[in-house]
Amino acid sequence: MRGSLIIYGVLVVLALLAPFIGIYPVFGMKLLCFAMFACAFNLLLGYTKMLSFGHAAYFGVSGYVTGWLMTVHGWGAIEGVAAGTAVSALLGLVIGAIAVRRQGIYFAMITMALAQLVFFVCLQASFTGGENGLQSIPRGSILGMVPLSNDLTMYYFVLVVFIVVYLLIRRIVESPFGQVLKAIRANEPRSISLGYKVDRYKLQAFVISAGIAGLAGSLKALVLGFVTLTDVSQGTSGEVILMTLLGGSGTFLGPVIGAGVVVTLQEYLSDLVGAWVSVIIGAIFVVCVMIFRRGFVGEISRLFARPGAAQPEKTQ
Amino acid sequence: MLGLVNGSFYALLSLGLAVIFGLLGVVNFAHGAFYMLGAFAAYVGLEYLGVNYWWALLLAPLAVGVLGIIIERLFLRHLVTLEPIYGLLLTFGIALIAEGVMRSLFGASGKSYPVPALLRGGFNLGFMVLPIYRAWAIFASVVVCFTTWFLIERTHLGARLRAATENARLVQAFGINVPIMVMFTYGAGVALAALAGVLAAPVIQVSPLMGNSLVIVVFAVVVIGGMGSIMGAIVSGLALGMVEGLTKVVYPEASNIVVFVIMAIVLMWRPSGLFGKEP
Repeated sequence: MRGSLIIYGVLVVLALLAPFIGIYPVFGMKLLCFAMFACAFNLLLGYTKMLSFGHAAYFGVSGYVTGWLMTVHGWGAIEGVAAGTAVSALLGLVIGAIAVRRQGIYFAMITMALAQLVFFVCLQASFTGGENGLQSIPRGSILGMVPLSNDLTMYYFVLVVFIVVYLLIRRIVESPFGQVLKAIRANEPRSISLGYKVDRYKLQAFVISAGIAGLAGSLKALVLGFVTLTDVSQGTSGEVILMTLLGGSGTFLGPVIGAGVVVTLQEYLSDLVGAWVSVIIGAIFVVCVMIFRRGFVGEISRLFARPGAAQPEKTQ
Repeated sequence: MLGLVNGSFYALLSLGLAVIFGLLGVVNFAHGAFYMLGAFAAYVGLEYLGVNYWWALLLAPLAVGVLGIIIERLFLRHLVTLEPIYGLLLTFGIALIAEGVMRSLFGASGKSYPVPALLRGGFNLGFMVLPIYRAWAIFASVVVCFTTWFLIERTHLGARLRAATENARLVQAFGINVPIMVMFTYGAGVALAALAGVLAAPVIQVSPLMGNSLVIVVFAVVVIGGMGSIMGAIVSGLALGMVEGLTKVVYPEASNIVVFVIMAIVLMWRPSGLFGKEP
């Protein structure tokens, strides 16, 4: 317990100092947004064992909503982000209600297909700007008081939101609600026979996850000032899976580290190797699935755990 | 009519997907990538090696099938004991690799593949002109689909295959080499996808991204038809292709999403799909 406190302390100090030790604030913010997105996703994959293959839908749609409200209607940052988050949670409620009817692999395919539906709607709807996406979204200000146009102010705003969300997710997982989710992960039929309304718990988790993914997408739209079809595309859904898997699904810190690695790779590799980026991402996927299923954090904590207390691998 | 052409490709792809899922329990995300590789094999064969369409129809599925067998031996075999989710993720990674490699080699733009001389022109049906190639593509797919169905449902080999789907260990105990069977099943399923790719090459643009969007539609088709049902896959593939084609005429904006909307409706009404057996 003390060990993890030290790790968190170091990480928070690093995050606070990041803009002053040579990390470009926009890159730092992008990283935090994707880390938040991955944490939201992990709530489903890691703690409820639901593989949503269409999480980009919530990430992208909320970005579009926020961008549209702020560009066209002149909304402030807080209102815009809140509206985007709410719309994503609502979308999560609709898609989740259909998808939780099936388990496992079917759940993955259904979420994927419905996300593709959302993608095509975004492609053709008028307010999304179609192929061009939304450009030059203003950052606005916090309730008309603190303008966010400065990169440093924006960075600390995003960092605060990220820390709050991170603690919220921890709280959710450790709450009685989270315990039920883990019970569902461990043995769904048994949870049903114990009297839990499993579908309702799964749907609630899905909506929370979609909402947080939306929050991340809204913030990302503010940070970079644009939303494009890439944000709702299946490629982004795949990336968030990779981040979670690489960092360690079912661990708190894993998705953050996974997001850090993947975003950094993309940032530096895309100039270097062009189209080979997707080959590299694909190869990391294969390696993760074949020999690295616990991810960074999972493998490390297994090394440090006492031999007897090692977690059994999640197999059937 | 265009709808029926697409439908026959959907049928071929979802058939391969259903066969693979039935025996391996793997949802093959790379199916779209193998479809794309089939089309590219035909294109490369014609451009650089002088392999004509008819040979491509035979050789491309064979080559891609061998590639599938290699992937099965190297990777998929080791995931048997794990949850099916890992198979999906692995094949997703393989699809990304295949797409990225082809994009680096050939660029993202589409290449056109000429219609073979024998199948150019069209029949005049009075109210419309039916291009011969399209008729051929539909005919060929339907024949291949029903041959596969016959192989699986009506022959000795198919019986073993179905038995292994039910209980692999027991069938193995009877002295049937299940791993080899699994290997060839994956190869054959993948070859079906490549065949669809070759058939599609003259109708659409051959591009590295052609499989990407298709595979999700095919997933939706398989969910509608009920996973693991061979006949369900064929019928719903053809039917949904037609529905999509009709939507394109009536209300073009919705043609991309109609399959997904139907999927959502079917799921609300019959969660296990139209032909699905499991609860």
